[in-house]
Amino acid sequence: MQPVDRRQFLKIAGLGGVVFASGLGCASTKSDMAYGAGQDEFFFVQLSDTHWGFKGAPNPDAEGTLPKAIAAVNALDPQPDFIVFTGDLTHTTDDPAERRRRMARFKELIGGLKTQRIRLMPGEHDASLDNGAAFKEFFGETHYSFDHKGVHFIALDNVSDPHGAIGDEQLAWLKSDLATQKPDGRIVVLTHRPLFPLYPQWDWATKDGAQAIAALMPYQHVTVFYGHIHQENHFKTAHIEHHSAKSLIFPLPAPGSTPKRVPLAWDPAHPYRGLGFREVEAESNEYKLTELPVAKA
Amino acid sequence: MNRRLFLLLPLAGAAWAQPEPRVIAIRAKKFEYMPAEIELKAGEPVVLELTTEDVHMGFDAPELGLHADIIPGRVVRVPFTPGKPGSFEFACDVFCGSGHEDMTGVIKVAA
Repeated sequence: MQPVDRRQFLKIAGLGGVVFASGLGCASTKSDMAYGAGQDEFFFVQLSDTHWGFKGAPNPDAEGTLPKAIAAVNALDPQPDFIVFTGDLTHTTDDPAERRRRMARFKELIGGLKTQRIRLMPGEHDASLDNGAAFKEFFGETHYSFDHKGVHFIALDNVSDPHGAIGDEQLAWLKSDLATQKPDGRIVVLTHRPLFPLYPQWDWATKDGAQAIAALMPYQHVTVFYGHIHQENHFKTAHIEHHSAKSLIFPLPAPGSTPKRVPLAWDPAHPYRGLGFREVEAESNEYKLTELPVAKA
Repeated sequence: MNRRLFLLLPLAGAAWAQPEPRVIAIRAKKFEYMPAEIELKAGEPVVLELTTEDVHMGFDAPELGLHADIIPGRVVRVPFTPGKPGSFEFACDVFCGSGHEDMTGVIKVAA
């Protein structure tokens, strides 16, 4: 695979992909400009819902899709500052030994990424049947925060509780973590489920997500990136933006658009359609999202 | 007790008696509800009796404001009276395994 340079990258986005400008302040006001001044620009890549171990008609190339996505990320030039996986790294199994085999293989595969600054978080398929025990063995803590070039990143775990809740203890941690931030600081939340009730009829929500949003609300520049729903969705709760990512296994229908949330059928004429990953470019006062295909058409 | 009061009591009892709510048994198992389609009438009080045949499940019908955890070995009773006609989806909201996403159903309320 040929590397995709920045110019080609924007060309792809302009022709077949989507560039989504996510305004931290939306309007470029004087205060926004001042706020952004002196911040380093950088980009990271979001991959989500790889479901390693899935077998089924919705993706006849289930074992080939993640390696293709890894090759596509490795072809980026320059490489991202870091890579995030927003959950459902593996497809669930009742067998704890098989769960660990899938996690071990996933870990081995992502060892092939050129950029080894990787941030992982669990999805319900990884963590809900054992409260995150296997995930922690392989990948460490399920919630944490870190800073990168002036942006404070918070990874929230809303899946280790099989009810799809964050829980009081983690919410208390979130509040104490946020207390270290200035009201106009740049904050990015990474999580698996939507924090807002996108479509609770399909369990596309976080039980106590409203409490997390309330804790984030006093901060002026908050953006949430999540997975779970296997498609792009862009939503705002007041000034807080929420962007879901495509999957790397199969797409799901738009919220409530079909009687059941069954995967969209694989189209042999357009393999990998609906799958992909995302580049997030952090600029002075906005994030630019570029959606990229898992494999070239 | 005088005779007049004695005669009034059975009449008063009849006037206050409420019909027993209809009981609808819903069994959950990996990865389905039985039945998955429930037909009710608006204004008819019912009790959903929820059980699970295997693991901890959930029952969540957000549009009706109904939610319950279904614990193995227990019968969970959810009384309610549907207020308006329509179709209302319900789903398992406690992750239960590889077919969790298939655990859905619908409550159809007739006028």
